[in-house]
Amino acid sequence: MKVGTFARAVLATLLVALVVRPGWFAWAFAPFAPTSGPVIYERASLLSLSLNHLGLVVLASVAATLVAVTLAILVTRPAGAAFLPLSRTITSIGQSFPPVAVLALAVPALGFGSGPTLVALFLYGLLPIFENAITGLTTLPTATMEAARGIGLNRWQKLSQVELPLALPVILTGIRLSVVIALGTATIGSTVAAKTLGEVIIAGLLTNNTAYVLQGGLIVGLLAVLIYDAMIRLETYLTLRMYGGAAAR
Amino acid sequence: MIEIDQISKVYDSKAAVDAVSMTVQTGTITVIVGTSGSGKTTLLRMINRLEEPTSGEVRINGVVTTTMPGHILRRRIGYAIQGHGLFPHHSVGRNIAAVPQLLGWSKDKTRARVDELLTLFSMDPDQFRDRYPAELSGGQQQRVGVARALASRPDLLLMDEPFGALDPIIRARAQADLRRIQRALGSTIMLVTHDMEEAIHLGDRVAVMDGGRLVQHGTPAEIIQHPATPFVADMVGGVDRPLRLLSLIPVSDLIEDGPATGAPVAAQASLRDALSECLWTGRDALPVARDGDVIGRVTLPAIRARAQGAT
Repeated sequence: MKVGTFARAVLATLLVALVVRPGWFAWAFAPFAPTSGPVIYERASLLSLSLNHLGLVVLASVAATLVAVTLAILVTRPAGAAFLPLSRTITSIGQSFPPVAVLALAVPALGFGSGPTLVALFLYGLLPIFENAITGLTTLPTATMEAARGIGLNRWQKLSQVELPLALPVILTGIRLSVVIALGTATIGSTVAAKTLGEVIIAGLLTNNTAYVLQGGLIVGLLAVLIYDAMIRLETYLTLRMYGGAAAR
Repeated sequence: MIEIDQISKVYDSKAAVDAVSMTVQTGTITVIVGTSGSGKTTLLRMINRLEEPTSGEVRINGVVTTTMPGHILRRRIGYAIQGHGLFPHHSVGRNIAAVPQLLGWSKDKTRARVDELLTLFSMDPDQFRDRYPAELSGGQQQRVGVARALASRPDLLLMDEPFGALDPIIRARAQADLRRIQRALGSTIMLVTHDMEEAIHLGDRVAVMDGGRLVQHGTPAEIIQHPATPFVADMVGGVDRPLRLLSLIPVSDLIEDGPATGAPVAAQASLRDALSECLWTGRDALPVARDGDVIGRVTLPAIRARAQGAT
């Protein structure tokens, strides 16, 4: 645990420094830059790109969570069971579309900028959350569900007091996967002029400047690792709180 | 009083429960016993409408159960099942408080009731109230499950194989607890089991189900002495029948005057216990004691004569 805390602090500090004071790292990136070319990306502030990047991911993930969990709840009710295969197909299709294709198709409708990226991230985020929510809601302990009905909870009370709380850790795992995928996928959004960290990477690729590519890639990578880690800890915390520590043993 | 009137449940044109009628008196334990597939669980689940009957009706204290929504009905009927079914994400206290909370009891009243029930089940409230189900032993979980079912002082308590998951020693203790608590609270209980021993031990009345039909409904002694069908005779067990019969009769029924030596047997012990003591210590007569005073004796021939029962 102590090693983990230390590593976390180091990575977080590194991330903040890379974003806020990129100049400090000129010496490290210089060997990768073309001779006499720029080393540090300066066309836009890395901080605003990072915040924009995160904003897009958060917005898309929140929307995907709302839609996917609602859908999962509906198809796990007796009345909605018939739609389970259909909804699985739809979310799978969302996942099987390459993000670039989604961007290309969305640009004519939504124009350049953040819109198409948001759509792509949203579609991409649906499947992991939906699948996990379905798993979480269909693998609840049968005796507990039977008792919940038997003591007189109505459907809404059963859903809100028993099913969703018990399925929450599994749903959170889905959200975590979806967020991490979205963090990476958002970089592609810059091909259609969304303000994300992908801009740095693409600029590097276009000008043969590996230093830019590394800068952008490193920041996205660190964000993903730290967010992934934070969400795992949130899941553990919630599970412990719900089961009073016994689940940890 | 619970009246079950010509109740049936048909699945795919096959009757799981076939026109069962019976009456359960307030303050008694009725045990429904049968093999798996006999319809006993379906019968129980139709009483609180977890299953809707195909035909027939159930009346609780004269009120037909279909006159209210199912979940409202179920809040008035306690329900305890095998494997307890506790909410793993709620503390013991919150689990027990589940139904009072649904019924809108005040915080103080609910809390007092939770503590009362924990004490009744020999669990220290301060120690157990805030624990989670996963931190309890199997026997404790089961007790909390029954406590939850009793929390709102329901008109009726339904139990579906409540002790099925417990080991024999814990199960015997749980049965004794249930009996004690039922006597103390005067609860009306209907309990489903496949274990005839449990049925005879716990039931004021035993109902035997076979193939969806109620084949016999009577006191444990009637069931043992006059089984209505070969199936019932089979259920009460050929070789164990005299012993089961003896287990129902207290020693106090056979007290006579006369000498006897050795350790006394308690007057409220069963004749089976007395017989066992005779055989084990090689005596023909045992002194009988009540509250520590010897009040007479019980003899082996008298026990034997009593065990002859039905011939």
